[in-house]
Amino acid sequence: MKADLQTLEKTASQIRRDIVRMVHGCQSGHPGGSLGCTDFFTALYFSVMNHDPKFNMDGIGEDLFFLSNGHISPVFYSTLAHAGYFDKAELATFRKLNSRLQGHPTTHEHLPGVRIASGSLGQGLSVAIGAALAKKLNGDKSLVFTLHGDGEIQEGQIWEAAMFAPHNHVDNLISTIDVNGQQIDGPTKKVLSLGDLRAKWEAFGWDVLDMKGNDMADVVKVLEEAKSRTGQGKPIMILMHTEMGYGVDFMVGSHKWHGIAPNDEQLKLALDQLEETLGDY
Amino acid sequence: MKKYTYTDKKDTRSGFGAGLLEAGRKNDQVVALCADLVGSLKMQDFINEFPERFVQTGIAEANMIGIAAGMTIGGKIPFTGTFANFSTGRVYDQIRQSVAYSNKNVKICASHAGLTLGEDGATHQILEDIGLMKMLPGMTVINPCDYNQTKAATMAIAEYEGPVYLRFGRPVVPIFTDADQKFEIGKAWMVNEGADVSIFATGHLVWEAILAGEKLAEEGIDAEIINIHTIKPLDAEAILKSVAKTGCVVTAEEHNRLGGLGDSVAQVLAVHNPTPQEYVAVNDSFGESGTPAQLMTKYGLDAEHIVAAAKKAIERKNKKA
Repeated sequence: MKADLQTLEKTASQIRRDIVRMVHGCQSGHPGGSLGCTDFFTALYFSVMNHDPKFNMDGIGEDLFFLSNGHISPVFYSTLAHAGYFDKAELATFRKLNSRLQGHPTTHEHLPGVRIASGSLGQGLSVAIGAALAKKLNGDKSLVFTLHGDGEIQEGQIWEAAMFAPHNHVDNLISTIDVNGQQIDGPTKKVLSLGDLRAKWEAFGWDVLDMKGNDMADVVKVLEEAKSRTGQGKPIMILMHTEMGYGVDFMVGSHKWHGIAPNDEQLKLALDQLEETLGDY
Repeated sequence: MKKYTYTDKKDTRSGFGAGLLEAGRKNDQVVALCADLVGSLKMQDFINEFPERFVQTGIAEANMIGIAAGMTIGGKIPFTGTFANFSTGRVYDQIRQSVAYSNKNVKICASHAGLTLGEDGATHQILEDIGLMKMLPGMTVINPCDYNQTKAATMAIAEYEGPVYLRFGRPVVPIFTDADQKFEIGKAWMVNEGADVSIFATGHLVWEAILAGEKLAEEGIDAEIINIHTIKPLDAEAILKSVAKTGCVVTAEEHNRLGGLGDSVAQVLAVHNPTPQEYVAVNDSFGESGTPAQLMTKYGLDAEHIVAAAKKAIERKNKKA
C-alpha cells in the first residue's frame, strides 16, 4: 500500500501520460487541472488512504475520496485504473459512446471507485460531510478526503458546507483545494478574486494547511500531517498550490489548457517531456 | 356513491412527522435532516427520540441535499425536510446530480406544497414541484391525501430503495383513510367505482373529489374516483381500465396545470386511448396571499370546480359519440 517516493514519482509520470493520451484520444476533456493534481491523486491512492479496490459503495471501514471538481476526471480514472479498480485498457474509452468513463465521473455507469457524480460544481464538500457524518454514526474511524478546484469555491454551496463542518465538529474530513489560480475564463484574480483563502477557511473554523502540490515529498508529508490532526474537533483544509498543466511545459500555468485537447504533434511533444515509462494503457 | 365520513381533521405534515418517528423506530439507519423548519415539518418527536440521528443544517438547503446524498454512502436512509419550494426548485441541480443521477437513497420530504400555504404568498407556494421532480429519471413522486395516508407513505418509502419525493401540505384536512393501511407505491387507490366520468385526484384534492362525487350523484351522475397518490411511477393500468369504462376524465391537483398529474395522465391517454380530459389545476399562474379556502376557490381547485369539470368532460364525450 505505502509506495516509496521513487515509485510514487514513476506512477505519477504514467498517470500524466495517460491523461494526455486520453484527452487526445477523444479530442476533448480537461488536461490542465488533471496534470496539476496528479501528484495529489498518486500520493492519496498509493500511500495515504486505506482503501479497497474491490470496491463497496458504502465504503465502511475504509477511507473515502470524493472528487468535487469532476472535470479533472482523466487523472481520477487513470489513478483508479492504476490502483486496480478496473482494467487500464478501459482508459482508451474515455468520453466515447457506451463508456463507463463519462466526461465527468458518475455512479450511473457503475464504475468501481466512483461514489458520487460530479461535474456541476460545488456539491462535493456537502456530500463528503454527509459521508463523514455517516462514518461517525457507524463508529467507523476511517477518514473522508475531498478535492475541489479553486474556481469551484466561487459556488455558494461550498460556503454553506464550510460553515456546517466546523459547527458540527466534522473532524474526520480532510479537504483539499487545488490552488492553481486559473479557471476557464482566465486567472481567478481577474474572474472573481478568492481573497485570502487561509484567513477565510480559518475564520469559518477549519484547521488549514499549505501544500506544495507538485512536490511529491511535500504532498505525502502534508497529507500525513493532516491525518495526524484529525479527531481534534476541526475539519481540515489543505491549500494545495499547483501549476495547471504541470509536467508538460507548453501547458504549464495557462488557463487555455483548462479544457482543450492536444493535437497529434502536441501529444508527441507532451509524451516526450513526460518520463518514458512502460505499462501505459 | 360510496359514503366517506370523518371524525377528525389533521394536517398531512403531522402524518409525515408520525410516520418518520415510526420509520426511525423500525429501522435504525433512518436519519432526518432539516433546514431550520423543524416545527413546520413536525420532526420534533423524531429528534426527541433519536437526537444523534438528526442533522440540523441551518438555512442551507443545497448543503442539506448534499449531506443527505453523502450519508447514503454509509448506508443511511436520509429524510430531508423543508418547504416544497426549497425542497425542489431551490436545489434542483443538487437533487439532479447528487441524488437522482447518483441514484442515492434519499427521501426528499416537502411540506407546505401548493397554494394552501396561504398567507405567505407566491414566493412560498410552489406549484411546479411535481413537474420538476417527475422529470428526473429514477425519481419516485408521491402526493398522499390525508394524515393517515401520509404517515403510511412515509413509512413505506423508508423500506423502498431509491430516491423519492414526498409532498404534503400545511392545511388541516379530513382524515378518511384507514389508520392501519398498507401504502403501495405506484398503485392507485379506488375511492369510488362509477360509470360516467373518471376523476383522478391527488393530495388533499381527493377529498374535494369525494365532495364533488356526492354532488354529481345528487344530479344522477355516477363518478369513478381514483386517488393517484403516486404520480411517478404512474399506475397506467388503473387509469386505462377506468377510462375504458367511463370514456372521459377529470384530473385534480394543487399544482400548475403544466407538468403535473394532469399531464402525466394525458400522456398515457394520448398514446393508448385518446379521451376528453378536463384539468382542475392552477392555470399556469403564481398564487397570492389569502386563506387556504379563499385560494382554493379563487384558483378553481375546490369541489365546485371538479363538478363543473366533470360535466364538461361528459359533454365532450357525448359530442364525440
